[in-house]
Amino acid sequence: MAVKGAIVVDIEKCKGCSVCIANCPTNTIALSNEVNGKGFNFAIMANPDNCTGCTNCATVCPDAVITVYRVKI
Amino acid sequence: MAEKILMKGNEAIAYGAIRCGCDGYFGYPITPQSEVMETLMVEKPWETTGMVVLQAESETSSINMLYGGACTGKKVMTSSSSPGISLMCEGLTYLAGAELPCLVVNVMRGGPGLGTIQPSQSDYFQCVKGGGHGDYHMIILAPASAQDMYDFVDEAFNLAFKYRNPAMILSDGVIGQMMEKVEMRPMKPRRTTEELLAECGSWALTGKTPDRKRNLITSLALEPHIMEAHNQKLQAKYREIEANEVRYSTYKAEDAEHLIVAYGSVYRICESVVDMAREKGIKVGILRPITLYPYPEKELDALVPQMKSILTVEMSAGQMVEDVRRIANGRVPVNFYGRFGGSIPSPEEILEALENYIK
Amino acid sequence: MDIKDIIKPENKVYGKTPLLTDAVMHYCPGCTHGVVHKIIAEVIEEMGIQDKTIGISPVGCAVLAYNYIDIDWEQSAHGRAPALATATKRLNPEKYVFTYQGDGDLASIGCGEVMHACNRGENIVIIFINNAIYGMTGGQMAPTTLLGQVTATTPYGRRADLNGYPMKITEIVAQLEGTCYVTRQSAQNPAAVRKAKKAIRKAFENSMMNKGTSFVEIVSTCNSGWKLTPVKANKWMEENMFPFYQLGDIKDR
Repeated sequence: MAVKGAIVVDIEKCKGCSVCIANCPTNTIALSNEVNGKGFNFAIMANPDNCTGCTNCATVCPDAVITVYRVKI
Repeated sequence: MAEKILMKGNEAIAYGAIRCGCDGYFGYPITPQSEVMETLMVEKPWETTGMVVLQAESETSSINMLYGGACTGKKVMTSSSSPGISLMCEGLTYLAGAELPCLVVNVMRGGPGLGTIQPSQSDYFQCVKGGGHGDYHMIILAPASAQDMYDFVDEAFNLAFKYRNPAMILSDGVIGQMMEKVEMRPMKPRRTTEELLAECGSWALTGKTPDRKRNLITSLALEPHIMEAHNQKLQAKYREIEANEVRYSTYKAEDAEHLIVAYGSVYRICESVVDMAREKGIKVGILRPITLYPYPEKELDALVPQMKSILTVEMSAGQMVEDVRRIANGRVPVNFYGRFGGSIPSPEEILEALENYIK
Repeated sequence: MDIKDIIKPENKVYGKTPLLTDAVMHYCPGCTHGVVHKIIAEVIEEMGIQDKTIGISPVGCAVLAYNYIDIDWEQSAHGRAPALATATKRLNPEKYVFTYQGDGDLASIGCGEVMHACNRGENIVIIFINNAIYGMTGGQMAPTTLLGQVTATTPYGRRADLNGYPMKITEIVAQLEGTCYVTRQSAQNPAAVRKAKKAIRKAFENSMMNKGTSFVEIVSTCNSGWKLTPVKANKWMEENMFPFYQLGDIKDR
């Protein structure tokens, strides 16, 4: 059974450290081109179709800004 | 008749602690006060009242154990002597900054440095004026007998909790080591959890429950305006303490023409000096500050006009005398007689000094 | 499938624990402190012990830890947290008491306090963040700084003849009879984070079993102090820290 995931990033709290990107096994996440109120490029789902909702990104996120959703399809 | 037992001043501290509902003692041995913890260990209050007694690895650790215990609203205390108090000064300023109630007993010995194990009063500056960094005060009680040692434990805890402030019993090796009859007051039980919550629940760390915000004990405020406001709050508290908590006594001061100002064991010696002087026709009296902070400023001030001179006697090179001179403010000569480095003045030499000053 | 259909409350599989407050952490981007705060908060939430836990924050970057985990906190003088914890726990044995200390706080100025708390076997948890550098004061040498490592006070690299050797305090603590569980973990990838969380949970559980002190070191990064990006700092840690500070349980009884 396939799974499909998605993440929601708390943009204003994200510091753009990129640890989530390095730990994403499906190359879903990238940094935004724009910056948030603090001047950080923030994490975005650059390739949303790739996301499996594995939670790796949220697990390593130092600022707990990622919420992960997953459905079985 | 209340029970009276012959004991050392240091032992009186231990019994006063067990019997006033103290929750924990944390200390490190140092002469001349080691009998405090030794007595507690013999009495094993953890088996009766539930009081915790722990020998720490250092004075630094002891005072920080007080911080950790006081954070939870418990009645905690330590005892030490001068070099140990120097080590505790870091913790004392944190306790004062974080507004934590606790009791520290200082049985003073001669310094500076490792100094001597003999009695002294040369920590007045350190304890009354600060010791640690920052603008803070401890409430300071100066006992002059073994009974005072016993009674001041409860008194100091009451003041410490009333004002959320560290309190100190500033004693010396004479009071700590000498044996006197001590009346054992009625036993006060340790507070129950409910009583502690009622008294300290608004600030103490009792576990964050859904009905309240988390409690935090810290002395840190990075923003200057917050730190200044906190300091202003502390200063307002100190003014309140100064207005309400002065304790002192006088001895034959009513008709005195000369005033001795002395505290602690030196006060006891000066009682004899007064009696000897009066036999010679010299009208001398004593003002004894019982609280060194807050200092009996108004009480001394009121006595100054009737005096021809004041003699401050201390087992130091002259520390409290600075406060006496400040309060006398040039109205009468304020003389000083001191022995220090572990020497105790005799009544005869104090009388001789008094006579020399006033002839 | 549309993303909108995935992002629904019933599909949520991971999110911020309510035990973490909404305050934005003051830590630098990518700092390990944030991850460790998060897993401590998750352990407290999962064990249901918010009302029974007292945390003790150190001096150093984590001094403000009390802003982030929603429990009662005391803030310690530099290095003294194990002394605070000793009294807090002895006077409140029904509470879970943990200290959270960095390498300057625990391994340098507070070396005495941690040794004796561990040696007495206090039933507390000690979380030790070792990033081999002083973060808060601007990247100076720590007792745990590696030989050759460049810091603000070892600008040409740490030299044994000038600065002594990096200190494996966790191995020292493991030799003390009072400790029941001593482990070294890390938090740079999901597997490491999950292992570290398990270790922290075990440490918390131990503290109610009268077994002695549980000591959890987390080998961490300080990308600002190391002057690397967060991702490169994780790599540097794996290549340089792990060979010297080897991961795994050192003692478990």
